[in-house]
Amino acid sequence: MEMIKKGAEAEIYITEWKGRKIVIKRRIKKGYRIKELDEKIREQRTKKEALLMMSARKAGMSVPIIYDLHINNKEIFMQYIDGERIKDVIDGMEEEMQRKICEEIGKSIASLHKNGIIHGDITTSNMIWMNDRLYFIDFGLGMKSRENEDRGVDLHLLMEAFKAAHKNKNLFKWVFEAYKKNFEESKEVIKKVDEIARRGRYMRGVA
Amino acid sequence: MICLGIEGTAHTIGIGIVEKEGDNCKILANVFHMYKPDKGGIHPRESANHHTKYFPKILEESIEKSNIHIKEIDLIAFSIGPGLGPCLRTTATAGRTLSLLLKKPIVGVNHCISHLEIGRALTKCSDPVLLYVSGGNTQVIAFMDGKYRVFGETLDIGIGNCLDKFGREVGIKFPAGPEIERIALRGKKYIQLPYSVKGMDVSFSGILTASLLLTKKEDIEDICYSLQETCFCMLAEVAERAMAHTEKEEILLGGGVACNKRLQEIVKIMAEERKAKFFCPPDEFLVDNGAMIAWTGLIMKESGMEMSIDETKVRQNYRTDEVDVKWR
Repeated sequence: MEMIKKGAEAEIYITEWKGRKIVIKRRIKKGYRIKELDEKIREQRTKKEALLMMSARKAGMSVPIIYDLHINNKEIFMQYIDGERIKDVIDGMEEEMQRKICEEIGKSIASLHKNGIIHGDITTSNMIWMNDRLYFIDFGLGMKSRENEDRGVDLHLLMEAFKAAHKNKNLFKWVFEAYKKNFEESKEVIKKVDEIARRGRYMRGVA
Repeated sequence: MICLGIEGTAHTIGIGIVEKEGDNCKILANVFHMYKPDKGGIHPRESANHHTKYFPKILEESIEKSNIHIKEIDLIAFSIGPGLGPCLRTTATAGRTLSLLLKKPIVGVNHCISHLEIGRALTKCSDPVLLYVSGGNTQVIAFMDGKYRVFGETLDIGIGNCLDKFGREVGIKFPAGPEIERIALRGKKYIQLPYSVKGMDVSFSGILTASLLLTKKEDIEDICYSLQETCFCMLAEVAERAMAHTEKEEILLGGGVACNKRLQEIVKIMAEERKAKFFCPPDEFLVDNGAMIAWTGLIMKESGMEMSIDETKVRQNYRTDEVDVKWR
């Protein structure tokens, strides 16, 4: 198994499994937490992430297919998405292609929100472009919610991520437009985004 | 250069006299007095009255301890915010008076940042993530692109406030943290409480309510133990997230709640597990104190920052990320 990423709470491995190249996301033990608390948190989060990914898939989104769950090891076995991170490629693209991808992003977030799913960490690092399709990965901070507040926080995070990482100011405008077009309740959500942006708490410069 | 710094944002009035020689931070005196209400929490006006009452005494004591003449002081610093309005105004008035009387320059210091700066100076860490935990404030702060930025913070009440409110309901006097720490040592059973981490933010009000509901059926020892474990693990988790995000390898503690030995242990293990370094200054520099204000005043002054009296208006809601950090 080859570790490709080590985050604050999980390790990501690439490996072969039943003849397929797959990704394993393993939530690691934390020695600072007492055992009862540590087990519970890692188990709950592993289950929740898998459930969210499955609901996103049902809603018609492209997310990695889940092959297996190993609850004892707090592991999710999932499809390896062999594509490019949007964060790395979008700046170098022709404007027409950028627009196409941004519209796809807006449309996808609209269908997530429509189906009561909050991604929790929508940045361009968590989107992969493969075979002309936009994949969302890492639902580790996600939740089920139909609150406009939560939807607003989700969109606001993406706005901050675009501001911090991408030069073309039109990118986010296109995302917003597609979101509005594809989601009847978007007006209320956009209002929330404005409100959230004005709260000092979110003056964070980085996303 | 020698600076006299006055802290008075909430319950504590303190004076620190600090000398800066090169990068060395020499504490000449660090005297403070804490307002402890007979019952209930901090009443802002009562606390401000307390500051007024104790200021002359503390001033005298600090000058005496420092072994310098008051005329040797080169700079006056005071906590300009954030904090309770009446307390801030009292402190600022004291600072302005000293500045005018001694004919020395004055700077207003951001309280939260001074917790970080005194920690850096005393523990010799260079570029840490600060886990700042006190009564009113709970923030994860780190330096990035010319500013101290808040990467995570409480969405409702501060961790200390959560402990104090719990304490008040079960008959523990303010500040309740130290007593809860003692009681928790006798706890044996972990009772599940809401674990509330949202990205890099935390919230405590739900845990507080749940803990209070438990008092009807569970032992106080077990509740205190579970309350501490849950809250402190949440704090360690968001601190770790911020470290991963900013790719920093030092964690520093600050704020009164950081005196808690179990919290120190939890954060230390977190740091060791990710091969990062753990730093924690002595207790008297974790709690609100004048030395941290004096030291931050010195480095601000050295970078060319100074205020006219007109600019010393207090800032109750002064945010960490509003401060223009010219000294780094």
